[in-house]
Amino acid sequence: MPPITSMDKNILLAHGTGGRMSHKLIDEVFLRVFDNPILLEKDDGAIVEIGGEKLAFTTDSYVVKPIFFPGGDIGKLSVWGTVNDLAVMGAEPFYISCGLIIEEGLELEILERIISSMAEAARIANVLVVTGDTKVVERGGADRIYINTSGVGMLKKNLPLNGIEPTDKIILSGSIGEHEVSVLLARDELPFHSDIVSDLAPLNLLVSEILNVDGIKFIRDPTRGGLATTLNEIAEGRNIGIIVEEEKIKISEEVKAVCELLGLDPFCLANEGKMVVVVKSDCADEVVRRMRKNPLGRESEIIGEVVGELNGRVCLKTRVGGTRILDMLTGYQLPRIC
Amino acid sequence: MKYVDEFNDRNLCLSLVKKIDSLLGGSEVSIMEVCGTHTMAIFRGGLRSLLPPPIRLLSGPGCPVCVTPTSYLDKAVALSEKEKVIIATFGDMMRVPGSNSSLEKQKAAGKEIRVVYSPLEALNIAENNPDKKVVFLAVGFETTSPTIAVTAIEARKRGILNFYLLSGHKRVPPALESLVRDGDLKVDGFILPGHVSTIIGVKPYLFLAEYGLPSVICGFEPLDILQGICMILRQIKEERAEVEVQYSRVVKNEGNAEAMALLHDIFIETDSEWRGLGPIAGSGYNLRKEYGDLDANQVFSLMDTASVETDGCICGQILKGLKIPNQCPHFGKSCIPSSPVGACMVSSEGTCAAYYKYG
Amino acid sequence: MCLGIPVRIEEIQREKGLVTLGNVRMEVNLTLLADDLAAGDYVLVHAGFAIAKVDEREARETISLIKGMIADEVCR
Repeated sequence: MPPITSMDKNILLAHGTGGRMSHKLIDEVFLRVFDNPILLEKDDGAIVEIGGEKLAFTTDSYVVKPIFFPGGDIGKLSVWGTVNDLAVMGAEPFYISCGLIIEEGLELEILERIISSMAEAARIANVLVVTGDTKVVERGGADRIYINTSGVGMLKKNLPLNGIEPTDKIILSGSIGEHEVSVLLARDELPFHSDIVSDLAPLNLLVSEILNVDGIKFIRDPTRGGLATTLNEIAEGRNIGIIVEEEKIKISEEVKAVCELLGLDPFCLANEGKMVVVVKSDCADEVVRRMRKNPLGRESEIIGEVVGELNGRVCLKTRVGGTRILDMLTGYQLPRIC
Repeated sequence: MKYVDEFNDRNLCLSLVKKIDSLLGGSEVSIMEVCGTHTMAIFRGGLRSLLPPPIRLLSGPGCPVCVTPTSYLDKAVALSEKEKVIIATFGDMMRVPGSNSSLEKQKAAGKEIRVVYSPLEALNIAENNPDKKVVFLAVGFETTSPTIAVTAIEARKRGILNFYLLSGHKRVPPALESLVRDGDLKVDGFILPGHVSTIIGVKPYLFLAEYGLPSVICGFEPLDILQGICMILRQIKEERAEVEVQYSRVVKNEGNAEAMALLHDIFIETDSEWRGLGPIAGSGYNLRKEYGDLDANQVFSLMDTASVETDGCICGQILKGLKIPNQCPHFGKSCIPSSPVGACMVSSEGTCAAYYKYG
Repeated sequence: MCLGIPVRIEEIQREKGLVTLGNVRMEVNLTLLADDLAAGDYVLVHAGFAIAKVDEREARETISLIKGMIADEVCR
């Protein structure tokens, strides 16, 4: 991977998108200062040990706009997003904290809708919101409401990145791109309308179906930066590569249509109810079978495999039979005419 | 998707690749694809990995965003600094670097910059913000210029007086001609831009035949591009040099007369500067005198400044197909998609951006 | 340099066309097309405007030509 050397004087939107610039910010600013072995793992969450028990601990902040979108809202997203981070680490999620930053003037009715949604989401995911905090900032100090949730869970199975090796298979639990497209269209800034609904879902309900399978190596949910970013995060800097097949990766006709119209790359679009599972090749079929029995994994498919070559890169076999590199998101995607 | 899926048929694509191989018969052929959307389509489809090695595909100056000079960006940045001015732009322009800033950075610093999908949206923004001046960055090739012409007419019709255009239009044929007249260029044929051609038709490219250069106007799906390459190879084999239309489902020989008429009602051909290539006569469009009140250059008394290219940047040679990105000292180091130095890395369709992203 | 995608006209209201691409719906401006357009026709859309009509017959002809090219052993 080419070295990234330039650093901007101001934080740009691109630093928050989960792609290359986010990674750059983490490496060059945060890791320089917060130098401890747990953080250096650079996972979405941390595995900590207290009194002999291994716990998974994670945090995430939710700033989605608009706060209500087809298939969900910021409340549901803040609970399930954190539940999912714990689940893909191989943990059973238990408790969530909830910090609210509310812009002065937000209608109480809106807040109540969000909180009710959070409660319902917690109930469905079998977690409890046990502590929280509320701050109100002046008008203009926040965009309606921001939510931070942290979560803690019991580690059931350690799934380290370095357990992945050539011949392992890559499974994707369903179609990609729906969350980001549904949110984009819900902003009402684009002249398109569709029935696309976010895929927001509590993945712990799917992870629990497969966690006890012996050959499960690694799980990650391809959120910001999309499938391409997640696959690159798995391969980068290691002596492995990944090959995936375009034909096996499901993209709905609606998502394809919006991507064509706006020039967006579906492989870099965020998902909130999908997961990538890396498994030992001899148990791949069994894992897919189990995932397909669950509504959240009905369209699970083996999309590719880990190889010994490629030196940390991800390669896509295109649907017309060619091959090309699949890079992670750089910056952020904007609608384009070119 | 209709008219898309049929042109992505794997078996037909692989068969055409075999056909290309047999037409080549081992000889080396260089084909320049002029259009950035073709560059991207070729990479996205993995077509480079399928084509036999004797075929060299070169990317030309086919990205209107990439070839927008620094001086234009500097004007846009200067406008964004003014009070009560909203800059409306296509998303493609956000990261183009000017001398000291970019629209993305200006937005981060709190200036009013709005990304639009259509120029008509920019007009609506003007209508909804009567106390502000909205300047639309009118960038694009002949595919886009007619849409901006219609927007200008709409502005007049609706009596919207706070809408302005900063004209940065570029015309493909003069740039092509300038490339071809350049002694350095070594190509055997051209893949011509499909969507520009829906507007301008075949006639503006006929000079290529006089230079003995086979060319084909192609669509953007893998099958379109592969068929286009076959057609060029056939011309070479048969010692013909013609402008053929592969993309006949949307390109008519005479182009879109209605669009051209509207374009000429509003715009007049002018000399224009291309990032990486320098000034090219008659290669741009400016607003006609009658539409001077929409011209941001006049209304804001914007000065033309010289564009300065970065030391070592070889975009000019890349745009001419003389060098490839890997040969540039900045490529992948100080020049990357998130912080581009030169024209070819700027747009997601630029040659260097394509090489960086797709390897 | 120019994204353009074929969409289906569902309804025409003077210079505006309501079009679909699969289940995605949008409104496009038809001013640039002098052709006779009707619901069911396909047009190429760029930056919110229809810039060309898609000719069904030509599309099928192109695929036939491609198949012919592949089968053609004589005229290499």
